[in-house]
Amino acid sequence: MMFWPDLIVLPIVLPLVAGAVLVLFGRRRPALARWISLSSMLALLLVAALLLIQASNGETQAYLLSNWQAPFGIALALDRLSALMLMIAALVALPALIYATGGDDQRGAHFHALFQFQLMGLNGAFLTADLFNLFVFFEVLLIASYGLLLHGGGAQRLKASIHYISFNLAGSALFLIAVSLLYGLTGTLNMADLSQRIAQLGEDRALLVRSAALLLLTVFCIKAALLPLNFWLSDTYRSASAAVAALFAIMTKVGVYALLRVTTLMFGADAGPAADAAWPWLPVLALATLAFAAISALAAQHLGGIVVASLIASAGTLLLAVGLATPASVAAGLFYLVNSTLVGAAMFLLLDRIRLARGASADRLQPALFDSSRIALGSVFFVLAVAAAGMPPLAGFFGKALLLQAAGTTAIAAWVIVIVLASSLLLMVALSRGGSVLFWKLPEPTVAKETGTRAQARYPATGSVMAVAVVSGVVTAGANSARHAVAAAGAGAGAGAGADGAAARLSLTLLLLMIMSCSVFAGTLSGYAHATAAQLFSRQSYVGAVLGARPVAPAIDIRREMRERRARQP
Amino acid sequence: MMALMIAIAIGALTAGGLYLMLRARTFDLVLGLTLLSYAVNLFIFFMGRAKIAAAPIVSGKAAPSLANYADPLPQALVLTAIVISFAMTAVLLVIALRSHAVTESDHVDGQEPRS
Repeated sequence: MMFWPDLIVLPIVLPLVAGAVLVLFGRRRPALARWISLSSMLALLLVAALLLIQASNGETQAYLLSNWQAPFGIALALDRLSALMLMIAALVALPALIYATGGDDQRGAHFHALFQFQLMGLNGAFLTADLFNLFVFFEVLLIASYGLLLHGGGAQRLKASIHYISFNLAGSALFLIAVSLLYGLTGTLNMADLSQRIAQLGEDRALLVRSAALLLLTVFCIKAALLPLNFWLSDTYRSASAAVAALFAIMTKVGVYALLRVTTLMFGADAGPAADAAWPWLPVLALATLAFAAISALAAQHLGGIVVASLIASAGTLLLAVGLATPASVAAGLFYLVNSTLVGAAMFLLLDRIRLARGASADRLQPALFDSSRIALGSVFFVLAVAAAGMPPLAGFFGKALLLQAAGTTAIAAWVIVIVLASSLLLMVALSRGGSVLFWKLPEPTVAKETGTRAQARYPATGSVMAVAVVSGVVTAGANSARHAVAAAGAGAGAGAGADGAAARLSLTLLLLMIMSCSVFAGTLSGYAHATAAQLFSRQSYVGAVLGARPVAPAIDIRREMRERRARQP
Repeated sequence: MMALMIAIAIGALTAGGLYLMLRARTFDLVLGLTLLSYAVNLFIFFMGRAKIAAAPIVSGKAAPSLANYADPLPQALVLTAIVISFAMTAVLLVIALRSHAVTESDHVDGQEPRS
């Protein structure tokens, strides 16, 4: 189905215009800024949904910017993968933005403008079919993320920013070297054109093109948090304010997206001298990332540490799916990606609520009293922990099961199965340790003499709620998850208190509903993921669509008009 | 000969940039990143092949092929790369200054290492 050919460019133009307007009004009219930002976000969600419908017929659509014939101009391309990523970005950004309107957005200048620019960078990176343009959109989303990370100020954020920025600047330098090396070898930057020309390169260029490929993959692995390149992540995500950290949950997925795009399009099995450039480094390092994440989750002293570790574990799982490079593993990875992004975002929002509710103890793993809403927060945490660890009935489980199934045919199947299962178990242990210390253990009686009795009275209640949740979690599957969703939504509705409670409740409820619907509509989602993987591995459709797109005939032929004007003059 | 000189220049800039970046002081870090971006810009520029006395704009005098003209695309790319790295360096400088004002240390960790 085709709605409007220019729709493809809207995910970039819409946040750009909204961001530009917000720079003008953001400071003087905070209420107006919120409305502009939210309505742009909702419009973006609508556009993403339309594009998803448009892309699901399986055809790649190319859009020639400035009406230049590819490969000479910059082209955008929309296929199933791009549409899916646009949709996830919008789905994660909406709750994050709603959460921020609870008051976090007023802690510094230009939050909404930066948020819109970040969205523009993300959407541009998902849509572009030009390698240098991909670099430019990476820089757009990075520079917006620097501003967002600093939002709220403080020494801790400054320190994390310096690390984050310098690491990413070094990464950008590598990106440029890789891109220009590829240009020097092939004379093109259009990804579809590159895909054809790399395959035709002679064997004498094999060393150069393979080093360019590995440099490019290294850069994307920095973003995607592969093991030796992910030490920037922990400090950055834990220092960022909640809404920003939730939005950043999509940032590691940009790396995964770029990796998936270039490995299937340019460095796949049929890429001549650059064939399978990522093998075996990527899957082996992804397994190492998983092991590292599991161990760091166990070692964490704060809930924040566990949340970050579960995010790194999900990145490792995704990179493994990309690295195994079979259609089945990529489909499993895409299925897992949707769920894990939503869970990651929800975890960061919940983490902030827990920090607020526990006052001085923040998220340290030690018993402390909650100011309010211990049961609600505990129940939400339980659902999210089940989703993050990948246990049934939630969709993370199906993703991991599909991945293990897909890994069965590859050379490192035994390693994959052992490490994925062991890391899931360790993550589960870490999450249950975190949850039981935070929500079940009472502080020493001397500390909590007055409130102790009250807390004790509520203690069995919490226990029974959790027990019910466990039972229903084990029993329910498939259709029954809908009831679960309602219960969890109710729990989400109870979370949070104070002036910004309503926004927090709404955003967490939205995220929980989305996570639930991932498992309710698991069949649809997995069908889409399989179709996406099939489309990615038949790269001719992408190449044909981008290189075959013809410029629109101009309404006025300027050259002819000039000729005629010259002829009329004496 | 020219290719060798360019390669040595790029290598020297990269080595200097990396050394400075690893010194863990914000000022050295900024200088190092600047040197690294110079190296990268040179690299991009010469990926369009080194050509002397050739214009990147097609005129009517010679046939429009890369034998007669310089490749215009790397020049456009390098312009973009310069602007971006310049802006990023400015952002990093502002944050480094702010960090120095808040923490009174120019170490990248915001505190002097315990030795």
